[in-house]
Amino acid sequence: MSLDAQPPAVGPQVGSDEWVARQAHRREYAPGWVGTAQRASQRIGWWPRLAIAGVAGAALPLLGLGGFQLQVGIDALVIALLAVGLNIVVGWAGLLDLGYIAFFGFGAYGFALLSSSQLGSHGIHLPALLSLPIVMIGAAILGLLVGLPSRRLIGDYLAIVTLFFGEAFVEFTNNVAPGSLGGPNGIISIDPIRIFGNIQFNSNESYYYLLVFLLVAVMAVLRLLDTSRTGRAWRAVREDPLAAASMTIPVNRVKLMAFAFGAMVAALAGTIFAAQQISVFPTDFDTPILILIYAGLILGGAGNIAGAATGALIVMVIYDGLLRSPAESGYLFYGLILLTLVVKLRPWRRLGLVLAATAVLGFAAHAVTRALSPAAVAGGPQSAGWIAAALRDWVIVPANPQVPGNFGFVLLVCLLIAIVQVKGHWRTILLVPTIYLAACVWEARLIVEYSVTRQLMIGAILIVMMNARPQGLLGVRRVEAAI
Amino acid sequence: MGFFFQELVNGVTTGALYSLIALGFSMVYGVLKLLNFAHGDLYMVGAFIGYFVIQWFGGPSALTIPVPLLLLIMFVLAAVLVGGLGVAIERFAYRPLRDAPRIAPLITAIGISFFLENSALLLFGAQFRVYNTSDFIPFSAGVQIGSVSIDAVQIMVLALGLAMMVGLRQLVIKTRLGKQMRAVAADREAAEMLGINVNFTIAATFFLGSAFAGVAGVMSGLLFNQVTSTIGFLAGLKAFTAAVVGGIGSLPGAMLGGLLIGIAESFITGYVSSTYTNLFVFALLIAVMLVRPSGLLGQAQLQKV
Repeated sequence: MSLDAQPPAVGPQVGSDEWVARQAHRREYAPGWVGTAQRASQRIGWWPRLAIAGVAGAALPLLGLGGFQLQVGIDALVIALLAVGLNIVVGWAGLLDLGYIAFFGFGAYGFALLSSSQLGSHGIHLPALLSLPIVMIGAAILGLLVGLPSRRLIGDYLAIVTLFFGEAFVEFTNNVAPGSLGGPNGIISIDPIRIFGNIQFNSNESYYYLLVFLLVAVMAVLRLLDTSRTGRAWRAVREDPLAAASMTIPVNRVKLMAFAFGAMVAALAGTIFAAQQISVFPTDFDTPILILIYAGLILGGAGNIAGAATGALIVMVIYDGLLRSPAESGYLFYGLILLTLVVKLRPWRRLGLVLAATAVLGFAAHAVTRALSPAAVAGGPQSAGWIAAALRDWVIVPANPQVPGNFGFVLLVCLLIAIVQVKGHWRTILLVPTIYLAACVWEARLIVEYSVTRQLMIGAILIVMMNARPQGLLGVRRVEAAI
Repeated sequence: MGFFFQELVNGVTTGALYSLIALGFSMVYGVLKLLNFAHGDLYMVGAFIGYFVIQWFGGPSALTIPVPLLLLIMFVLAAVLVGGLGVAIERFAYRPLRDAPRIAPLITAIGISFFLENSALLLFGAQFRVYNTSDFIPFSAGVQIGSVSIDAVQIMVLALGLAMMVGLRQLVIKTRLGKQMRAVAADREAAEMLGINVNFTIAATFFLGSAFAGVAGVMSGLLFNQVTSTIGFLAGLKAFTAAVVGGIGSLPGAMLGGLLIGIAESFITGYVSSTYTNLFVFALLIAVMLVRPSGLLGQAQLQKV
C-alpha cells in the first residue's frame, strides 16, 4: 500500500520489485514532522484510518456547507465510488476497461426503470432494498458477459472491445425503445431511495451521508478482498498471466471476477446517482465522464484503494467546485504553480531568482506594451479579489482578449513542450517566460472559458501523470518485466 | 437498382475516407504497438486547417486563387502541419513511455485526444464551421451514369485516396524507409542492433500516418461540409473499427476494413435507418473481435513468452 515506515521486511511482494521498493523507500522516506505523522498513521492500521477519514467526511457538512458545495461533495463521492470500482479492473487485474462507464449507466437505468412509472401501465416502484440487489446482480452478470472476450483478447484488443461496448450503451439508450428508455430525453421523476418502508432519502444531506457510508463500506470490503486469495490472484494475473496460470490460478475466472466486481460497484454508484438526480440521461454516461474517472484513478494511483478514492475526490473538487468561480480558481491556479516551483526547483536561490525574474519580466512587459499601445493592456485580469488587484499592472490582457489569448494558448503549449525537451540552465531560463505567459493566458482566456479549461486539465492530468509519476500520488512504482 | 448503386458510390467514398484514417492508425500501431486514440483528433485538426485556408483566400464564394491551387494548398498544408503535430506528440508524450507498462501510453493517448479536442473547442468555439464546397466546386461538375450521380468532390476524394494508398504501398514495399518501418514493426530491438535509426523511423511513421489523417480531414470537410471540435472522436472510432476489422497493423486490411465500414454504413442508412448506423458498426466490430480477433487480413499474433 502506501509508504512503509520500515524497508519492506517481508520479502518481495507480488508486483513490487525488491530493489525498486528499497529505492522508493529511500526516496520517499520523509524526515521531520511529515514523516512522523506518516509513520503514526501507518501504525494505527488501515481500518482506524478509514474510520477516521469517514468520520471526517461525515463531519464536513457540519461546517455549514451550502447547497452548491454539498452537490459538489455528492458528485465527488459518486466519482470516488466509481474510481474505487475501476481500480479493481484496471489497478488490480490490469485489464484496461474502457466500457466501465456503461456499468454505471446500467445501474442508473436499471434503478430508474425499477423505481419509476416507465414500465407497465402503473410502473414498477420497488423498494430500494429490493431493487438495489437486483440491479447489482444484473450488472455483475453483464460484467461477466462483457468480460468474456477478455478470455481471448489481451491488452489493446480488450480496450477496443470495451470502448465500443461503452459507446454502444450510449447509442442504445439514445435510440432503442424510446417508449421505456426515453431516448435522449432520458427517464425523469425517479423515486428516491426508500428503505425499511418509511426511511426515505429526500435531501441532499441524506444522500451525502449515504454516499460517505457506502464509500467507506465499499473501501473496507475491497481492502479485505485485496489481501484475500482473490486479491493476490488478481495481482498475479496482472503481472504475468502465463506464470499465474502455471501456478494453478484459474486466469480466466479471475479476470471475469474482476469485471463482475467492478461492474457491481459501478452499478451501486449508478443507483445512488439516479436516485439523487431524480433523472437519468444518456449523456450522463458518455466518454468524458469515463475519462474523468480515469483521471481520478491515475492521479491517486492505480492499484491502491485509498489512492483511487483520494485522487477522484481531488479531481472532482477541482473540476466541479473550484474551477467555476474566478476567485477560487485563481487561488488554485497560482497556488499550484507556486507549489510546483517550490517542490521542483532547488536550490532555493534558483527558486527566488525565477520568481524575481518573472515578476520583473511581467512589470517590464506591461510597461513597454502600454507605452506602445494602450489598448493592448486595456482588458485587465479576469480573476476576482486581491489577486486581480495585485496583477493589474503585471499581466497583459488586451481589450479584446479572445484572438490574442488563443495565440497565447498555442504558444504556451509549444513552450511547455520545449521546456520538457531542453535540459539544464535552458530549462530554468525558459521557465520565466512560460510562467508569465501562463498567467496572461489564464487571465485572458482560460478563466473565462472555465468549462473548457477543466476538461483541458483532465487531459493534462492523464498526460503529465503518466509521464512524470505513473504510480500516482499514493501508489508504489512497479516494474514490468520486459517481454 | 439506381438507388443501390448510388448508395454504393456514397459508401465507397466514405469508405475511402475511413481507409485513409485507418491506414495512419494501423501504421502507428505497427511500429509502436500503440493504439493512438489521438488519431481521430488529428483528422479534426486537418479539417480545421482546410477551413482556415479557404477563409484565408477570400472565403468559398469569393476565392482569390483558382480552385485547383486552393485544393493543392489545403491538402499540402494540412498534411504538413498535422504530420508535424503528430511528430511533436510522439516526441513529447509517447517516446518517454516506450518501455513503460503497456497501459501507460494508452492512457496518455486518451489524455492527448481529450486535450486536443478541448483545445480546439477553446480556440475555435463550439459552433459548426462550414466549408460551403458547392460554392466553388459546383454539383454540375460531376458525372451522371444512368440514375447514379457522382459529384466532382467524390471523384476527387476517390482518386486522391487511391493514389495515396498506392503511393503508401509502394513506399512501404520499395523504399529504404519502408524497409526500415517494416523492420521496426517486426522487432524494434533487433532493428536497432542492425543500425536502423529507430527514433527517426518511428517519427517518420508518425509523420506519414498523421499526414494521412490531415488529408482525410480536409476531404471530410469538402464532402460533409461541417467541421467542429467533436468530429474527431466518432471518426476515430470508425477508423479503429476499420483497422481492427481488417486486421490491425496490416495496411491492406486497413483499406479493406475502411471500405467495408463505409459501404455497410451507407447501406444501413439507406435501407434501414440512420438511427441504428453507429450501433450496427459497433456491434459489427464486437462480433469480428469475438470471432476473429486478428481481423480479416491480420495474422494471429503468437504470444511470446
